Amino acid sequence: MSHRILIVDDEPNIVISLEYLMKKEGFQVAVATDGEAALQQASAFAPDLILLDIMMPKKSGFEVCQALRADPALTAVKIIMLTAKGRETEVAKGLALGADAYITKPFSTKDLVAQIKSLLG
Amino acid sequence: MKAKYRFILAACVLGLLMTGPFALTAALLFADAKDAEREAFAQFLLPRLPLGGLMTLLGFIGGLILLRSLFQQYVHGLLRMAETLRLMLGANHNFRVALEGPPEVRELARAANHLAQQRDELLTDVGEQIRNAKATVEEEKNRLAALMSELAMGVIVCNLDGRILLYNSRARLQFKTLAQGPTSMSGGALIGLGRSIFSILERGQITHSLENIQQRLRKGSAEPTANFITSTRNGQLLRCQMAPVLRTGADSTTTASVDSLPPNLPPAEGGDSTSSQAAPAQGGSATTMLGAELHVTGYVLTIENITRNFEREAERDQALQSLTDGNRAALGNIRAAVETLLDSPEMESDIRARFTRVIADEASAMSGRLEATMSRFADSLKTRWPLEDVLGIDILAAAARRIDERLQLPIKHEDQDAELWMRVDSFALIQAITFLASRLQDHYAIREVRLRLSAEGRMVFVDLIWSGTTISSETLYTWELEPMTVGAETSPLTLRDVIDRHGGEIWYQRDKAAHSAFFRIVLPAAVTPEVPATDQAQHLHSDSRPEYYDFDLFAARDAAGSGIDPERRLTDLAYSVFDTETTGLQPSEGDEIIQLGAVRIVNNRLLRQEIFDQLVDPVIPLKPEGIPIHGITEAMVNGQPKLDVVLPAFHEFCAETVLVAHNAAFDMRFFQLKEDSLGVRFTQPVLDTLLLSAVIHPNQESHRLESIAERLGINVIGRHTALGDAYVTGEVFLKMIPLLADMGIVTLRQALDASQRTYFARVKY
Repeated sequence: MSHRILIVDDEPNIVISLEYLMKKEGFQVAVATDGEAALQQASAFAPDLILLDIMMPKKSGFEVCQALRADPALTAVKIIMLTAKGRETEVAKGLALGADAYITKPFSTKDLVAQIKSLLG
Repeated sequence: MKAKYRFILAACVLGLLMTGPFALTAALLFADAKDAEREAFAQFLLPRLPLGGLMTLLGFIGGLILLRSLFQQYVHGLLRMAETLRLMLGANHNFRVALEGPPEVRELARAANHLAQQRDELLTDVGEQIRNAKATVEEEKNRLAALMSELAMGVIVCNLDGRILLYNSRARLQFKTLAQGPTSMSGGALIGLGRSIFSILERGQITHSLENIQQRLRKGSAEPTANFITSTRNGQLLRCQMAPVLRTGADSTTTASVDSLPPNLPPAEGGDSTSSQAAPAQGGSATTMLGAELHVTGYVLTIENITRNFEREAERDQALQSLTDGNRAALGNIRAAVETLLDSPEMESDIRARFTRVIADEASAMSGRLEATMSRFADSLKTRWPLEDVLGIDILAAAARRIDERLQLPIKHEDQDAELWMRVDSFALIQAITFLASRLQDHYAIREVRLRLSAEGRMVFVDLIWSGTTISSETLYTWELEPMTVGAETSPLTLRDVIDRHGGEIWYQRDKAAHSAFFRIVLPAAVTPEVPATDQAQHLHSDSRPEYYDFDLFAARDAAGSGIDPERRLTDLAYSVFDTETTGLQPSEGDEIIQLGAVRIVNNRLLRQEIFDQLVDPVIPLKPEGIPIHGITEAMVNGQPKLDVVLPAFHEFCAETVLVAHNAAFDMRFFQLKEDSLGVRFTQPVLDTLLLSAVIHPNQESHRLESIAERLGINVIGRHTALGDAYVTGEVFLKMIPLLADMGIVTLRQALDASQRTYFARVKY
C-alpha cells in the first residue's frame, strides 16, 4: 500500500512539479491551496505526510501546523515545511511548532524525495 | 566733649597737686606752733604772700599749658586720625592720614596708611579677577549658544523633573513642524524654558531611559547613554538619544583620596596638599571613583526626526524581502520543474509543455521583480532602528519590575543566563512582555508568571511561562496584531511590529511534562564584551567634560515647579502675559475674540521667542468702528481657525503659569463665556497690571497701559496688536515686581490680595 501525501501550497507553479514528482515516486497525492482546505484534507484524506507552505491565504502554515499537532488523531502524520521563509528564527519557529523537517526554497528535488522517504521509513 | 571734661578734671588735679602739699605743710606747721611763733610766722609770711601766690599761679599756668599741648597731640590727634580712618573705610578710599603730631602718633598714622594701601591693592586685584571670570563665563556661554544653533540636531537639556532648561532652535523647529493645527500655535510653543518635556515626549520612555542610564553608571559603563524611538501624536517618528548630565561631587573625590592615605602620614598641609596626595589617590581611584556617588542632575536629549528615514527603511526592507523571499519561491518553482523535466524523459509532450511554461513564467517574473527592486532600492538610505546591546537579565529585571508595578502580578525568574547580551529596543520589548502578561492575567486569570532566558546559536530565547491553563494557539495570532495596551497605556505599535523590528519571532508552546505553557520570543544575540574598568575612570572625571559645559543651569531645578503655590515669590514664577483684540467691548452681548497674543516670562525674563500669536475667525461680522483701532479686517480673519481650535491651544500654552493681562477682567470674561461650550477652563491665578498699577501709584489719574508704560520708562512700539500689547504688558509687569517688593508685596498671594483691595477690582464686565 502506497503512502499518502498532502501538498499544501497556493502557488500552482510549484504544485505542478511537486504533484508530478510525488506521483512518479508512487505516492497517492492530494492538493490543498489554502490553510483551511489543508485542515479539512488532513482529516478527509488522512495523509501520512504533509508538504506545508507557510505564506498562504486564510491560515498560515504555522497555524496549520500548530492545529494539526493539537489534534490527537493526527499525531502520526509527518510534516515537512516547505517554504520561502528562510530566516533562522522562522526555521526555529517551524520546528518548535512541531514540524518534522523544514526545507527552504529553492530546494533540490532529490533531497526532498530522500527526506520524505526517510521520514516515512 | 568727653575729652574736654577729662581735660578740666586733669587741670583740677594738677592744681591740687601743685598747691595741696604746700598748703597742707603750712597748715600742719601752723597748728603745731605756739602763739608767739604763730605771730612771728604771720608777720613774716603775710607781706610775702602775694609773691608766693603769684609764683604758684605762674607754675599752675605753665602746668596747664603743658597739659593742654599733650592733650592736643595725643588725645585730639588720635581722635582726628580715627575720623580720617573712618573716611578711608567708607566714603573716600584714596584719602590718607596726614603725618603730624608726636613721633608715636606719626608712626601709627604711617602703619594705618600702609594697611589702606594694601587693602586697595587687594580690592583692585579681586575686582580684576571677577571681571576676568565673568568675561570667561560670557565667552563660554556664547560659544555654547553658537555651537547649539549650528547643530543639525535638536538639543534639549532637562533637569530631573523634566523641566526644559535649554533648547536650540532646531529642536524648536522640529516640534513646530510636528505640531497639529496652525504652526503659530502649540507644538513650537510647547517647547519652552521651564516647560515640561513630558508634554512632547512620553513619560514612560524618558523614565525608562533614565533608569537604564543609572544602571549603566552603577556598573561603570563608559558610555552611559540610551536611545529610543518615539512616535508623536501625529505619527511622526523621533529618534532620541539621552545622555546624563553628571555632577561628580568634587568633595567626594577629596575624601576618597584622604581615606586612601596611609594612616601614619599626617594630612598634608598648605596648598601643596593636593599634589602630594595625588599619587596615593591614583592607586585607589578606579574603585573609589566608581564607588563615589555619581549624581545625575539632568539629561541632554538629542532629537532627530526619522520619519522619512524610516519610510525609506521600510521600503528598503520590502525591497530586500522581495529580492530574497520572493525570488526564493520563484527559484524553487523553476528548480523543481527543471529537475522533474530532467528526471522524466518519458514525460508526455503536453505535460512537458506545461513545465516549460512554468519555467518561462517564473524566470520572466523574477527578472521583472529584480528590475523593480533595483530601481526602488537605489534611492533608499541606510538607517536603522536604534537597537542597543543590552544585557539580557537587565531587560528581564526591568520587565519584572514593570509587570509587578502595573499589574500587581507575582513574577518569578527561572533559569536565566546572566551572560547573554541581546540587541533590542528595550522599551518596546519590555512593553511587549508586559502586554503579554497583562493579556494572560485579563483573559486567562493567570496568577503567576515566570521569565526564562536562554540561548541557542545566535538566537536568544525570552520565555514568559505560566502553569496550568492552556490557551488556544489562535489567541496569540490575534494578540499579535492588536495595539499593545496595558491599563490606560496604549502603544501605537502592535506586538508583531515589535517582533518584526527586532527581526525576531514569537510563538506559543506547551511543555506537557512540566504542565506549563509559554510564549517564546526569539531575538538576535549580540556580542558585547564588558567595558574594561580602566577606560572608565577617565570618563567619570568631571574634567573630561568639554569646558563650554560649565553652566549653572541645574540650579534652576524646581524654579518652575509643577503647581502654582500662592506663597511663592513673584520673581520665581512663570507667567503667560496675554492680550486679546475683540469685535467690541461687550462680551456678554455677543462680542467675540479676533486675535490672541501671549508671551512668556520665566525667571524674570520676557521670552520674546516663546510666543502665541493667532488671528481668530469670530464667525460674526466685524464692526466697522473697531477696524481703525485693531487694524484687523474681514479679509484677515477669513479662513483663520475658530476659537474652538485656538482657545484649547492657548490653554495648553498657558499651562502651569500665572496669567497676566492689562484689565484682565475684560479678557477673562470672554474666556469664561466660552468655558462650557469649549470645555476649556482657566483655573490658574490671574494678575492684572491695571490693578497692580493702582496698588503702586494710587494717586495717579490714569492707569491706561500707555500711561503706565510712560511712567515706568518703557518704549511702546507695535501697540494694538494682541502680541504687541502683550509685550508691553509683560515689560510693565517686570518693572512692577521690584516696586511691589518695596511695598512689602513679595508673594503671589500678597499681590492678589493687594489687587483685590483696589477700587478698580470692583469693575465688572
